[in-house]
Amino acid sequence: MFTRRTLPLLIAGFFGITTIIQFFVPHPVSKSYYNLVLDWMIIVTAFTYLMAVQSTVELHTTKIKRKVEGWQYSLIVLISLGLTAFIGVFGGAFVPSTFLMKLIPAFKPTSTSPLMYTYLYMQVPMQSTIFSLLAFYMASAAFRSFRARSFDATMLLVTAAIVTLGRVPLGEFIYKGFPEVVEWILKYPNMAAQRGILIGVQLGIIATSLKIILGIERKYLGGGK
Amino acid sequence: MKFVNFINQLDKRWIYLVVALVVIIPFVFPIGCPMRITPPVQSMYDYIDDSIPENGVLLIGVDYDPSTMAELHPMAKAMTAHAFYNNVRVIFVTMYPQGSGMAQDIIEKTLTYWNSANPDNQRELGRDVTLLAYVPGVSAVMLKMGEDIPETFNEDAYGNKIEDLPVMAGVNTYDDIDYMVELAGSAVVLSWLMYANGRYGLTMGIGTTAVSAAEYYSYLQSGQANGLLGGLKGAAEYEKLIAEHHGFEGRRDASVGMDAQSAAHVAILLLIILGNIAYFIKKKKEGR
Repeated sequence: MFTRRTLPLLIAGFFGITTIIQFFVPHPVSKSYYNLVLDWMIIVTAFTYLMAVQSTVELHTTKIKRKVEGWQYSLIVLISLGLTAFIGVFGGAFVPSTFLMKLIPAFKPTSTSPLMYTYLYMQVPMQSTIFSLLAFYMASAAFRSFRARSFDATMLLVTAAIVTLGRVPLGEFIYKGFPEVVEWILKYPNMAAQRGILIGVQLGIIATSLKIILGIERKYLGGGK
Repeated sequence: MKFVNFINQLDKRWIYLVVALVVIIPFVFPIGCPMRITPPVQSMYDYIDDSIPENGVLLIGVDYDPSTMAELHPMAKAMTAHAFYNNVRVIFVTMYPQGSGMAQDIIEKTLTYWNSANPDNQRELGRDVTLLAYVPGVSAVMLKMGEDIPETFNEDAYGNKIEDLPVMAGVNTYDDIDYMVELAGSAVVLSWLMYANGRYGLTMGIGTTAVSAAEYYSYLQSGQANGLLGGLKGAAEYEKLIAEHHGFEGRRDASVGMDAQSAAHVAILLLIILGNIAYFIKKKKEGR
């Protein structure tokens, strides 16, 4: 109980309070404490990547073992994960590693590394293609559901139409004043709404942070209640 | 009523075909619509052109991945070329593991173009431009950069020690950086604004996707960012500016896509109008 709940709460409270105090104390000791905390944060974040890998491997291994529907995709995930890590570690990240250049003399220091090659010629086209499909779905969804059913919906429709046209050169070609109208919409009605939302969100973040520091909010520790 | 039924029961594959055609055709037969420069783009261009001294430092945050590269990559390339025209050093940094690959691609393409177009004024990796190594931690990294940049990264992404790089000479904290442009389609922009600008006073501009641009007008008005490039049009406007003022003759990726984007926007609007006409006719016929 102490190590699972009380100790994490004490650590969170201690670092939360001391980091706030540090901000207002311009003393060298306070400064070096701040730098130390930043270094720790970076180190701890690096370890979270190991946890992510462990979690991914565990999830997909379980799927393969239990032969759940689509388990073959899990196999592809694991093979890709292992292969990418292997070529990254032994082949170099941006430029070919000395190990690779010794093994395959065709690789020169100026060559594209195998990892970069897989990134540029596999990941980039795949990810771009998946994202660009959004244009087709958006067009279909807009056609089917963007209806002027009420006053609010009509306002939204008209504003969206003006911004859509005003953000492309063709809109300017149709009516010269479109870009100015769009700038006005973005600068005033849009900003008023955005700012209200942002202030609300930030107040929520402050309140949640305080609750975590003071040990009132404990959900991040997991384990139910 | 036949028309209304046709519209209401239109197979979505026809819509997909229309979208595909309006995107592809303008690439084959470009229209070349005129384009005016919007104030947020102009102000970012002016700052880089007038306020960064020769041999000054421009920090470019590449916090995006291939999904948004269509909009953000042209911005990064145009901005890097602009810095080269003004003899400004360019340092790339990323908070995303995938951003490293994007930045590497920008550096390679811009250097290739620049060195072939300017054989007497060559640019070199490590001397005029570099990419800092990826360090995990996002907000901690941003804050640490405000304290000590060489200690945060130690090396650039190519494995060279920071202290050995001419491009990093004299760059220790944000105070030594003249301007930063953060390119991202996610909330990481806010972290840069809060930490680098808010806490350390780094002058910043934003380059973001068209869908996210509306979110950042508040920061533009408050002066936390002094310029904003929104989506492909923002990038195309920037390309137009460097072409007009510096004679940039490289591939203008964003400008090439402008006709396709214009046509797609008009097609989607026409589809919405058509859908609404069908909706109102049906409503009238049904007596509602």
